[in-house]
Amino acid sequence: MKLLLSIALTLLRAKLRQSIVAAVGVMFSITMFVALLGFMNGLNDLLDGLILNRTPHVRLYNELQASPKQPMQVADGDTTKHHFVRSVKPKDDLPRLRNAEAIMQAMERDPRVMAVSPRLVAQVFFNVGTVDLNGQVNGIDVVQEIRYYRFADYLTQGDPHDLATGNNTIVLGKGLADMMAAGIGETVQVTTATGDRALLRVVGIFQSGIADYDKVQCYANIKTVQKLLARPGSYYTDINLKLHDLTAAPAMAKELAARFKVDAVDVQSANAQFETGSDVRSIISYAVGVVLLIVAGFGIYNILNMMIYEKLDAIAILKATGFSGSDVRRIFLLLSMIIGLVGGVTGLLGGFTMQTVIDKVPFETAALPTTKTFPIDYNPKYYIIAVSFALLTTWIAGWFPARKAAQVDPVEIIRGK
Amino acid sequence: MSANTNILEVEKVNKSFHDPVTVPVLRDVSFSVRHGEFVSITGKSGCGKSTLLYILSTMDTDYQGDVVIDGEHTQGLSGERLAAIRNEKIGFVFQFHYLLPEFSVLHNVMLPGLKLGRKSAAEVEADAMARLKELEMADQAGKMANQLSGGQKQRVAIARALINDPLIIMGDEPTGNLDKRNAEIVFGIFQHIASEHKRSLLIVTHDPDFAARTDRNIVMDDGRIVG
Repeated sequence: MKLLLSIALTLLRAKLRQSIVAAVGVMFSITMFVALLGFMNGLNDLLDGLILNRTPHVRLYNELQASPKQPMQVADGDTTKHHFVRSVKPKDDLPRLRNAEAIMQAMERDPRVMAVSPRLVAQVFFNVGTVDLNGQVNGIDVVQEIRYYRFADYLTQGDPHDLATGNNTIVLGKGLADMMAAGIGETVQVTTATGDRALLRVVGIFQSGIADYDKVQCYANIKTVQKLLARPGSYYTDINLKLHDLTAAPAMAKELAARFKVDAVDVQSANAQFETGSDVRSIISYAVGVVLLIVAGFGIYNILNMMIYEKLDAIAILKATGFSGSDVRRIFLLLSMIIGLVGGVTGLLGGFTMQTVIDKVPFETAALPTTKTFPIDYNPKYYIIAVSFALLTTWIAGWFPARKAAQVDPVEIIRGK
Repeated sequence: MSANTNILEVEKVNKSFHDPVTVPVLRDVSFSVRHGEFVSITGKSGCGKSTLLYILSTMDTDYQGDVVIDGEHTQGLSGERLAAIRNEKIGFVFQFHYLLPEFSVLHNVMLPGLKLGRKSAAEVEADAMARLKELEMADQAGKMANQLSGGQKQRVAIARALINDPLIIMGDEPTGNLDKRNAEIVFGIFQHIASEHKRSLLIVTHDPDFAARTDRNIVMDDGRIVG
């Protein structure tokens, strides 16, 4: 094998220019493949992250709705009769999760769960002069949210830890803050649905990238919201779960809903459209990359074919002196694989360089406050796929000419002279 | 190995070309070559002497009959095995020199030895240098093959044919493309190989002088051995 390799290398050196052209073809396609996939998936991650980073994998909550089993049915017990009770209203109940602390404790112990964080969502009005602006205050466990939901990433102004430590503090959505012309350090007055009023100090401005969301949403410490609503410390409306395995969310949501008799929604049902968009973008970039590689493969095929026609004498003499057909095939396959490997590896370097360049290109948009340059996914997966594809295409492109070389009849060449 | 051992035995070899009509080129060819014997084959153009040589060389497998090289029947052997036989037991010299122009003279001589793999690369290189020295080509060892003259190339080709100490050297008009002086040198080398190294030689030629000076001359006509 070492001998065959050295013969392949010598033949390659003799046709250095054509070999380089073939290798550059592979290099170019690998470069594009890696850069394209890195960029596309960087974008995918960015766009998915816009929602998925801040969305719990499973959300447990309690939806106020009319009881599916009305008292009349229970009292009568006869399911064959039809009851004409109209305008059934939901029961007068608080929108809280019953037994929330016990659920949280159970979830903390569950090995599938990465993080448990409670929320308390309150509808409020912001009183600005004579105008009342509609708003929704999310009481959060600030430390958990920073750690697991990248809360800090979406703060354009202010320090999130002020929210964790300070009393009666609030982080306003950018749109809401603009409408109220409220900056950091100023106080805003809120009125709750029950008519209680409170003054909250602004410690940060929040920008999610979704304008409508930023016009309504704001965040406060969960204790502050409990106080605002005059509810006890165990009063929560939501429990958010982050799982180790995202794909387990739908099954787990069903299981928890049945177990705790609450409503549960998983991230997949809540955001089905994001997966679709990502998949389509991935498919397009893979398709383009594979087409580039196939074109490079044709280049190699051509050059090897030409080389074999020029080297018929050499093939004949190798065979006459004791090299078998499969030796000759291996020589030309090796030749092709060397071109593929050299092109592939330089292509990876080129791809990495191109990714680095794209990563430095400024990309600023109001929707993405933390993004300053184009996103790139440097996942080594794409490098591995690119190199495997390069080797596969060069192997296939080399196989046909190599087989032809193996079948060369030396007698015909030697006598035909 | 005794002097009477047959290195090559040919038993009733028949071959026809089928394109476009069936034309027999070899008819019941039988002969043998003994150890250390210098045999030439002569005959008119188209009498089948080269065709016969390529059958004996194991490169052409499309024939009927039996060819035994060093006791091994070659009919029906795999391509791999035939290649190994060529590599180990047969040395080749052609009318045209067929050196690999990408390789140096030394490397050209070494290739069959490296393929055989019985010796280390260093030993093969030493052998190759010894062969080249014997043929007075040692000073050309580092040159590329295409920098040599015709006579020099043929000597390198002979050195290559000898590298694995083959039992038999086959030649297809090895002097056909050389001038008188170089042809004389090559003949001298062949004679030396036969007498000193005790190798068998089977040389196809159309040069009657050459044929007359070999141990035995086989004359062919129209696919048959006639003398």
